Amino acid sequence: MSNTPVAVDEHTPGLQHHFASMDQQQNAVSLGMWLFLATEIMFFGGMFCAYLIYRHAYPNEFAAGSRSIDLILGTVNTAVLICSSLTVALSVRAAQMGKRTLLVGLLTLTILFGLVFLGIKGVEWYAKYKEHHVPGASFDASDIVRDYPQIPIDQPHEQIFFSLYFAMTGLHALHMIIGVGIFVWLTYTAWKGRYGPGYYAPVEISGLYWHFVDIVWIYLFPLLYLIDRKPLK
Amino acid sequence: MSEHIVPSKTYYAIWILLLILTGVTAWVSTIDLGPLNTIVALVIATSKALIVTLFFMHVKYTSEKMTKVVIACAVFWLLILLALSMTDYATRHLA
Repeated sequence: MSNTPVAVDEHTPGLQHHFASMDQQQNAVSLGMWLFLATEIMFFGGMFCAYLIYRHAYPNEFAAGSRSIDLILGTVNTAVLICSSLTVALSVRAAQMGKRTLLVGLLTLTILFGLVFLGIKGVEWYAKYKEHHVPGASFDASDIVRDYPQIPIDQPHEQIFFSLYFAMTGLHALHMIIGVGIFVWLTYTAWKGRYGPGYYAPVEISGLYWHFVDIVWIYLFPLLYLIDRKPLK
Repeated sequence: MSEHIVPSKTYYAIWILLLILTGVTAWVSTIDLGPLNTIVALVIATSKALIVTLFFMHVKYTSEKMTKVVIACAVFWLLILLALSMTDYATRHLA
């Protein structure tokens, strides 16, 4: 270390020795998280691809199935997730400024929004279960046939729409549950006072994960709920 | 710059914009635009995703150019998956 090219800030306890500055360390941390999110895009991508292929093959079944999902609950849930993304963005800001109480409050609010989303999702799934719209032996789409006589559908193929509906919202909900778990841990460590202007990487990258899950829902909402909502002739 | 602290006013403005776009996309879906319905829904969804990425995920503020390269590659790879699959399925009958 005779000719040190970079100034190492001795007063930053969160800085690892192999990084020149907090800024460089933070950029590396975020980049690593983005690489993980790139794999997540491909993970969800497989499902979006299955969706695209089957929607192309069975447009009527997808249109009728989409109509049977609750538009109001779907829209409210989208808004809930957007509110949670706001509290996440504000919590990163609170961590950067070292406002511990505000950070704990915003993280708790994020967990609450996440739980509200999962609760509403549960209500929607339960309604589908009661309507016999869960694919399997007891699947019955005769109510959809009755409600939308203008859309000719084939019942076995209607199951493909609902299989994708449950698989996609289920995979998304699993990510939400993991996200809530991460944020419970974040809230605990924030309450312990671990984050501040010198070290907030966990808040930042957990935030990136949460926003990513929000973006997945931003696409799931129109692809599942808004396929065909125009007035039937 | 990752140390950049975004003013909370920006976050509130983005939040309002995202809520408005959510309302608009739900409302537009109830109007008959023919095949344009799907396109409008996807354009609004992509705008929302872009806004979240740029502002909430700080991509607009980062000095790390590799982040943008990673995102562009991920999206490009996704488009390869979707587009090449559809060149196959859209030109044949599903068994």
